[in-house]
Amino acid sequence: MSLEKKYAKEVKQILAKYPPEHKRSAVMPLLYLAQREEGYVNKESMKDIAKILDITETEVASIVGFYSLYHDEKAGKYRMQVCTDLPCALRGADEFLDKLCGNLGIKVGETTEDGLVTVEAVMCLAACDRAPMFQTQGPDGIKYHEYMTLDRTMELIEALKGGKE
Amino acid sequence: MAHVLLRHRDIPDLNKLSVYKKNGGFDAFKKAVTKMQPNEVTNIVKDSGLRGRGGAGFPTGMKWSFIDNNSWPHYVVANADESEPGTFKDREIMESNPFQFLEGLALASYAVGANVAYIYLRGEFWQVAAFLDEKIAEMEEAGYLGENLFGKDYSLKIFTHLGAGAYICGEETALLESLEGKRGQPRVRPPFPPSVGLYGKPTIINNVETFTNVPMILANGADWYKKMGTADSAGVKIFSLSGRVRKPGNYELPFGTTFRQLIYEHGMGIQDGRSIKAIMPAGASSSLIVVDDKVLDTPMDYATVRTLGGDLGSASVIVLDDTVNIDWVINKTIHFFKHESCGKCTTCREGNHWMRNLTDRIHHGKGSKDDVTLLLNVAKQMQGKCLCALGEFSTMAVVTGIERFPDDFKKATKA
Repeated sequence: MSLEKKYAKEVKQILAKYPPEHKRSAVMPLLYLAQREEGYVNKESMKDIAKILDITETEVASIVGFYSLYHDEKAGKYRMQVCTDLPCALRGADEFLDKLCGNLGIKVGETTEDGLVTVEAVMCLAACDRAPMFQTQGPDGIKYHEYMTLDRTMELIEALKGGKE
Repeated sequence: MAHVLLRHRDIPDLNKLSVYKKNGGFDAFKKAVTKMQPNEVTNIVKDSGLRGRGGAGFPTGMKWSFIDNNSWPHYVVANADESEPGTFKDREIMESNPFQFLEGLALASYAVGANVAYIYLRGEFWQVAAFLDEKIAEMEEAGYLGENLFGKDYSLKIFTHLGAGAYICGEETALLESLEGKRGQPRVRPPFPPSVGLYGKPTIINNVETFTNVPMILANGADWYKKMGTADSAGVKIFSLSGRVRKPGNYELPFGTTFRQLIYEHGMGIQDGRSIKAIMPAGASSSLIVVDDKVLDTPMDYATVRTLGGDLGSASVIVLDDTVNIDWVINKTIHFFKHESCGKCTTCREGNHWMRNLTDRIHHGKGSKDDVTLLLNVAKQMQGKCLCALGEFSTMAVVTGIERFPDDFKKATKA
């Protein structure tokens, strides 16, 4: 089913935010919508968005490629994005990431065997005073997890297994 | 002293509309729309000495007065992209004192004759955007947004717009490109946004913290505001303190507060009682400032911090203690800028690529003395040749790190 049919109400709401002659502005919110179910934007959705906005598929793909929060490949159900930038690193973020990966038996960028979690190292998330911290990007959007320890993170992963964040 | 911006720390539940109203909320906006001409609002902001809080410190009222009245419609955009490593103040405002920010945005919109305002939030602030959407709906319900406000001929709508993870979108023209549905790459300036901005129309862009000052300035007057702070930098500022301090966090303090007061009184000093080695007062974009007593006793305002060979920027103060190696610090900052360079201008795109290669070599013990010289050389060649400030920022820690902490690089290249 096309994006416009599947999410008719949401698409309409998104388009209403921008002047009709500048509807291209809606490309970013539409991409979030397209990414909601599978965690990445597939080719069909890019086509749909191009059609809704009267732009080319290449233009849509260039937006997906430019911004870090859009993905064109499948990963785990949740992307666990650990900030390892300078202020977080000064508060132990690198060590936290190492331990987390060790515990899960994966490397940065890899996904756990059950397909639940992909661990990624990302740039500053504006929570420098609450490190170690990460965000989860999943079917319900993006959530922050701050003042994290390994134990609390493993508890969170258990909860995610049960479908709860 | 009672807070001006982080008022939620004094008033519980200030993010509820009823509580905000009870504490004078929207009085300033109502007064402006019903009793004041738009340029009177601009003039009060101008007289207050308020300067932009996003980093550049440009006088806010002056910016508003640049709006081109020969071209319509006008737009106002709030820059809530907050992506500088070390900065985390706008999020606290939006989560805990959202109405004061939104009222400031409404006042700015009235002052420049805009009927539509956008809030551009970094994509990671997904939950914050959803929260603001609720608050905006409450304002519409209560008659603070919509058509013919307070029975007058003025209408205003506010929309949130989420970015998707790109530091460059904090640069105002890249932000506009992104809001127009394009890749976030900066425009050549001039023309500046007050003449040619969103959709080619006159646009005022300010940081979240800047807007949040405005209702209080309108309510209490320009003189009240100017009495706080210093002659160069009026009013209060939120300092985001991070790094090796005991108590990191946001501290709202008047300009002119010293580094010592911020770090030792509010931040409770350095972790494990160690000594302080360097300060980065403007996040990852900062120069590295060597710390001595004179530096610690320097009052923080835009002009005075410049005398130390740095910039105050958005006042995101990262503290480094004596266990931190500067070659590691610049390795971190260059990786950040390499990742965030938008690729539009050659200088920044290629410069950061080569700086990354060199700093990796040096930091991993495989570099030579010549590599350090070459790294410094590349950084200096980039300066003054980039399309926007990002490229410039990427060189600051590199140049000042190598020049001011030569021993750290000698150690790193000894093997």
